[in-house]
Amino acid sequence: MDLMLESLPRLLNATKLTIELTLLSLFFGIFVGVFFAILRTSKNRVFYFISYYYSYIFRGTPLLVQIFIIYFGLGQVEWIRESFLWIVLKEPYSCAILAFTLNTGAYSSEIFRSAFETVNKGVLEAAKGLGFNKLHTFFKIKLPIAIRQSLPAYGNEMILMLKGTSLASTVTLLDLTGVAKHIISTTFRPVEVFIVAGSIYLIMTFIIHNFIKYLEKKYNYQ
Amino acid sequence: MGLLAYGDTGWGDELFFATLMTIAVAAAALLIGFFLAAIFASFKLSKSKTLNLIGSFYTTVFRGVPELLVIYLFFFGSSGAVMYVARIFGYDGYIEVNAFLTGALSIGIISGAYSTEVFRGAIQSINKGQFEASQVLGFKKKIYYYKIIIPQMLRLALPNISNVWQITLKDTSLISVTGLVEIMRMSYVAAGSTRDPLFFYSFAAVLYLFLTFLSMRLFNKLEKHYSKGY
Repeated sequence: MDLMLESLPRLLNATKLTIELTLLSLFFGIFVGVFFAILRTSKNRVFYFISYYYSYIFRGTPLLVQIFIIYFGLGQVEWIRESFLWIVLKEPYSCAILAFTLNTGAYSSEIFRSAFETVNKGVLEAAKGLGFNKLHTFFKIKLPIAIRQSLPAYGNEMILMLKGTSLASTVTLLDLTGVAKHIISTTFRPVEVFIVAGSIYLIMTFIIHNFIKYLEKKYNYQ
Repeated sequence: MGLLAYGDTGWGDELFFATLMTIAVAAAALLIGFFLAAIFASFKLSKSKTLNLIGSFYTTVFRGVPELLVIYLFFFGSSGAVMYVARIFGYDGYIEVNAFLTGALSIGIISGAYSTEVFRGAIQSINKGQFEASQVLGFKKKIYYYKIIIPQMLRLALPNISNVWQITLKDTSLISVTGLVEIMRMSYVAAGSTRDPLFFYSFAAVLYLFLTFLSMRLFNKLEKHYSKGY
């Protein structure tokens, strides 16, 4: 019990990094996801294949491999170390965010793609009939409907990403899991630390879950 | 390509056996998960409020907490727990729990949480008339479960079981932190000693892609086989 109280401030402090990693990756991931979802629906075969293989590779391999390739692997290439990319790739922090962004981008591109596909054709024809141009139709009609459609699946993806940020601890970052592991390996009291760190994660999962539920209710147009 | 030579000069044979290890851990974890899922799915479907609560607690915790944290719990906790039990029986020495067992158990418990939801959903989607008909025909509870409900349930659950298998397979990469020599751990060792991490981690990615591709084919075949009658 003492250890639980003692470790709480340190774990809460590390939670900040976990939240930061999750929010930043999700934020960038949305753009990546929408971008590849649009490529996927394009009629151009090359765009289609790029998007298809991107999501296939990132969804078919473990996140751990992706982080290791980006953090340990890319630093080995000479011309990358000499280019501007090195500013991003030399820090574990930005490497982790890059890996998480690409990973969540792959999953969300699938979610958004299926959401775009469910947008009723009649709605788009109506927009055309009313004289909307392509950009207007996309931003004012297609995107809002798709966002509403993809909310439940995207909520799951947010929770998966929150759990995924725990892998940042494998590239020396001290996020919630990293600090928890550190405390466990110095005190050898895994159960107590697991209960505290696990509860913090569960509270965050709970918040995301309810936030999505709230959005679903708010944007329910049926 | 010399790096992948089979034998003493390259890492081909080491990586091959590491891949087998990944498959073995994933399969063991999936089976442990099924076993747990059968228990907890029946808890969740039972009429008792307490059992419902236990079932929900299990699925919420192990689907909401990062896999890595669960692995650390088992990695650091298992030998302590075993030694505690051994002390009751009067043994005072240090006991180290096998890395395979810890890995399969921790991933299995996570996998089980996902399988519980799959099993529960599949049982609920079976028509109520099936239960009633088997009762009217005088089947014993055990027999109608094994002969009528479970075969139908498995067919419905197959696509989702395929998903759980993919998740489990990818989760095994995390066991590498405990030192079990599977694909990730072997690549880590090879990358360290050859100073070529890009090659070995990319190769690990290819191995995982190959495994997920193969299992997808297999599950598609199974799905076709089991939906023949429909």
